[in-house]
Amino acid sequence: MTESKTKAKLDLSIPELEQKAKQLRRDVITMIARAGSGHPGGSLSAADIVTALYFKVMHHDPKNPQWQDRDRFVLSKGHAAPILYAALSECGYFPVEELATLRKLGSRLQGHTDRTLTPGVEMSAGSLGQGLSYGIGMALAGRLDKQDYRVYVLLGDGECDEGQVWEAAMFAPHHRMDNITAIVDHNDLQLDGRVCDIMGLEPLGDKWRAFNWNVIEINGHDMKEILHALKKAGEVKRKPTVIIAHTVKGKGVSFMEGNVDFHGKAPNPQETEQALKELA
Amino acid sequence: MTAYAELSTREAYGRVLVELGEQYKDIVVLDADLSRSTMTKYFAEKFPERFFQCGLEEQNMMSIAGGFAASGKMPFASTFAVFAACRCFDQVRVCIAQPKLNVKVVATHGGITVGEDGASHHAIEDLALYCSLPGFNVVVPADGIETAEAVRAAAATNGPFYIRLGRPKFPAVNKDGYRFSLGKAMVLRDGKDATIIACGVMVSKALEAANVLASQGMDCRVLNMPTLKPLDEEAVIKAATQTGAIVVAEEHLLHGGLGSRVAQAVAREKPVPMGFVAINDVYAKSGKPDELLQKYGLTAEAIQQAVKAVVGKKPA
Repeated sequence: MTESKTKAKLDLSIPELEQKAKQLRRDVITMIARAGSGHPGGSLSAADIVTALYFKVMHHDPKNPQWQDRDRFVLSKGHAAPILYAALSECGYFPVEELATLRKLGSRLQGHTDRTLTPGVEMSAGSLGQGLSYGIGMALAGRLDKQDYRVYVLLGDGECDEGQVWEAAMFAPHHRMDNITAIVDHNDLQLDGRVCDIMGLEPLGDKWRAFNWNVIEINGHDMKEILHALKKAGEVKRKPTVIIAHTVKGKGVSFMEGNVDFHGKAPNPQETEQALKELA
Repeated sequence: MTAYAELSTREAYGRVLVELGEQYKDIVVLDADLSRSTMTKYFAEKFPERFFQCGLEEQNMMSIAGGFAASGKMPFASTFAVFAACRCFDQVRVCIAQPKLNVKVVATHGGITVGEDGASHHAIEDLALYCSLPGFNVVVPADGIETAEAVRAAAATNGPFYIRLGRPKFPAVNKDGYRFSLGKAMVLRDGKDATIIACGVMVSKALEAANVLASQGMDCRVLNMPTLKPLDEEAVIKAATQTGAIVVAEEHLLHGGLGSRVAQAVAREKPVPMGFVAINDVYAKSGKPDELLQKYGLTAEAIQQAVKAVVGKKPA
């Protein structure tokens, strides 16, 4: 088991990961522009975290998406589906060309993730607040079967408004779970505006600490910090870890950065050209 | 051997779950601080490592169940029917129904026979909600024997299930040796003048009504229809064709449950006069189960009247 797990893992260097993250961002812009709708902002803010997981940290096998012992990535913020599709296709779960079908009738790439259609997608998401619970189910199943896989759940910060997130936050430490890592993509914007204006979350780290989580706060665009935090999270025993990743919504594209308009809007052709130039 | 005929539906569930726990090592059970009422406590005692106490986190519980099923487990998630349906409908929809996961939601305390706890605890919308979910199997057993059989069938059938059980003990209508078949109705009594179709506690009322009507010279077929979805349309159409009038009785709102589903099949394939014995667009109040059944018209007498009315509408 351990041997096969060692084999089924990508292991890029930090400069390679940074290049890969840029590629995923280009994929995101291209596919959303082509689809004519989608959520670029929250895909771009999560790009570095998702890259680190799929190209360095997680044990997984694109040739065998159902591999029992794989690490699981649960995208709870399902509207960031494009960044997940980009990562999966660049890993080889399906052809990169398929990204062009995003959101189109008959496509395997739905507007929000659908685990019955897309190889490598673990959860059908889209209704916010449910991924941490779902990931807990996966992690408990692994613990019951004495499998050593880990579950990573990516949440949005706006998503933390949902009460169910805090039900799950209470559950995991109570059950002394240490094979699950939550990551909050804290990009400070939600659909209607700034998080602090829509529904204040701070002190977010203290909230998770009060729920008995091990809390690590990082710059979610610094690959070294991301890798370090994910490694540390795996070392903590008998309690779960949450990584609060401070990020910038729309990261990598100047006119999308910190711009709430690009939460759920596709770039027009000029904007697309500009964005791809910046991400070259 | 457990004497399921002697047991309430929820007691039967608790007992059969232990039996299935031995048989299926992949079964895990989740409960939301009601294991002493839903009777999953027996499983918890026997298989503590496979029982997951979720506290009063019903929404969390349903999504966790989805995650378990996505990892190859067969989760049974239990709570009261009001919570299983109304409180976590979105979680069931997104984490179970849409991904077609193998989760068994078994809810107790369905309907108004919950009694004294009052309207907040009376699940009268649950069947409409669960029947609306594509791919869900929906079953309402009538007694302890049928419950044990239905839960066994759910475990043996891949896919999501909603099984609705009651709080009090319902009169037994099935005998030891009874075999439940998913999506199949059972003829409990044959007849030619009209058919009474019922599920849950109303099956015994239907039999009672048919007996009284027989003494008055009216010959009724009684169909026990535990599976609301998939519906046994063949039995429904046969009843319409052979008896020419149908009354449906259920412990649920008039809309969206068994009556609606039967009416759709009848309207499409073989329109005949129909009557409905159900809760007529109101919330019930506190009271003893039998008092409430009486007050809200879920009685053998109401079924008799409905049968007479539909028979009167049959073309001469």
